[in-house]
Amino acid sequence: MKVVLKHLTKKFPNRNKKIGGDVIAVNDFDFEIPDGKLIGLLGPSGCGKSTALNLICGLLEPTEGQIFFGEDEVTNLPPEVRGVGLVFQNYALYPHMTVQQNISFPLQNLKGDKKLPKEEIARRAKEAAKLVQIDGLLERKPSEMSGGQQQRVAIARALVKMPKVLLLDEPLSNLDARLRLQTREEIRRIQRETGITTIFVTHDQEEAMSISDLIVVMKDGMIQQIDEPQDVYDDPVNLFVAKFLGTPAINVFEGEVKNGRLIIGEDDVIAVPGVADRKVYVGIRPEGLEPDPEGSFRCGLVNVEVMGRDTSVVYTHGGAISENLRAIVGSGKRPAKTEKTVNFRPDPLKVHLFDHETEERIRF
Amino acid sequence: MKSSKFKGWLYLLPAILFLGIFMVYPLIDVMIYSVEEGYNFVSQTSDGYGLFNYSYVLHDPYFLQAVKNTFLIVVITVPLSTGFALLVALALNSIQKLRNLFQTVYFLPYVTNTLAVGLVFMILFKPTAYTDGMVNLLIQFFGGEGVDFIEGPYWAKMFVMCFYTIWVVLPFKVLILTSALASVNQDYYNAAKIDGTSKGRIFRRITLPMISPMLFYLIITGFIGAFKAYSDEVALFGTDLNGAGMNTIVGYVYDMLYGTAGGYPSYASAAAIILFVIVLTITCINLMVSKKTVHY
Repeated sequence: MKVVLKHLTKKFPNRNKKIGGDVIAVNDFDFEIPDGKLIGLLGPSGCGKSTALNLICGLLEPTEGQIFFGEDEVTNLPPEVRGVGLVFQNYALYPHMTVQQNISFPLQNLKGDKKLPKEEIARRAKEAAKLVQIDGLLERKPSEMSGGQQQRVAIARALVKMPKVLLLDEPLSNLDARLRLQTREEIRRIQRETGITTIFVTHDQEEAMSISDLIVVMKDGMIQQIDEPQDVYDDPVNLFVAKFLGTPAINVFEGEVKNGRLIIGEDDVIAVPGVADRKVYVGIRPEGLEPDPEGSFRCGLVNVEVMGRDTSVVYTHGGAISENLRAIVGSGKRPAKTEKTVNFRPDPLKVHLFDHETEERIRF
Repeated sequence: MKSSKFKGWLYLLPAILFLGIFMVYPLIDVMIYSVEEGYNFVSQTSDGYGLFNYSYVLHDPYFLQAVKNTFLIVVITVPLSTGFALLVALALNSIQKLRNLFQTVYFLPYVTNTLAVGLVFMILFKPTAYTDGMVNLLIQFFGGEGVDFIEGPYWAKMFVMCFYTIWVVLPFKVLILTSALASVNQDYYNAAKIDGTSKGRIFRRITLPMISPMLFYLIITGFIGAFKAYSDEVALFGTDLNGAGMNTIVGYVYDMLYGTAGGYPSYASAAAIILFVIVLTITCINLMVSKKTVHY
């Protein structure tokens, strides 16, 4: 089932009456989520991700705009008839019920001609539990399970009524690092197996990149960019998106374009053909810098952190804006720790220019 | 090792002394009093030990009346007051406007002076030389026949008694239940809403279990408090509760000690121990029932 959002907007009245005006949590969302895809809504806290999710599932009513599931408009339908499954950030498992009862709960709500016999409810609950691999724990209470297991129960409960759309609100934020890796694979697997259109909200760019088919990057209620994970990383539309994606973060400098050459500080770094003379922000991905004694980018060396497969070089530069400058280089090419300076040769594909005023991308 | 053990006891000493003098010693003393036959208050001597005091108390019509009154008050007021409190709390929880106002109004009886409350009930229910009391005026206005609620038939007095008790205990229960309801995570309701759960089912399957520990606390303390009823009876019917036929077990104990016909610590002790056994039994039953129905 594809999900279409048309000019979706949600405003909240400002609590501080002196300031007045509305807080716009979701501003003019207009995009289509293709059938059967896994979409990551990515943005910093307070950017309106969860509000967008609540609009789609119907817990909140939009101020303006429409929502379609397939061809059907659901904008004014209550949540229960939309056919959505929602997994809450804290799972919201009923603590007094066993896993079996938790998973069966949505099915027991069905009334009229949709009402299911007890055996059918038990069978479907078992099936959902099997899908998320907790069928051995059906008699447990949520408090007797680990965070990862609770997460699976929550997903099973959302899936058991066979929703058209599955929504996950920060599904991994309550798990420890190792479990997070495991669970995100699990979510990907479950999504593939069921083929349900899935939207999940996260502030963790790594999480979003690793499992999404499409990433929607948000800031202050506005969509910044919608693209496949690799494209968002390689081809950011503005400085915010470039800074938000990638670990270690992109290195940002203040620079200037003169006669088709990019100047950072006193270094004439690379050729940027076709860009008019102007002040710019320069973003260089950490993996876009290769140590080279002849390199045009002359930096001070702070530290060399060996990480095994590759090496993280911490450096300084006069034109830098970001606090921590890092280059990721192959172990074989790492500079000696005793050096005071290091020269890099930037890869033009990993160097992005942004307008100094609008912070929009300047392509070259 | 030894000195740290000593220190531990030293730290516990204030609590042990306090509890020992004011709780444990009196309890043991009461038990001894209750089995001393023919105890003489002045010479502090007795004829020996036996169960005569218990037999006397259990055959005393005043005591039996007190037990009947107490049980009636317990059975009527505990479920009704808890139920009303739950209804009020649910209503308070579901409104947005004027919520604080209503909360304050419902809490007022808790901070109102008992004597003032008694006075209000007098105006409502007591017939005087000048008026039949507000409630009677109301009954007569609708064509009914007035009743003397304070010195009239037993059922009328019991009605006023229960009405008063419920009214007095309601605010505290409303307060506890309102905060219990407010502390239930909104996500549970959102989850239930998305799953299309009906309101009745949300209440039965989610709200009730979630607030069950608080509800249980109120029921237990409600039972114990109602069994210890005495001061409210005095506020309504005066000190001659036996005469009014509205005595309670605690009232009986007090009368046996200090009342006009008092001076019988042995009988008072026996009655007190009987009350203790009743409360203990009921509380144990409560605890057993709660194991199946309360979710912590």
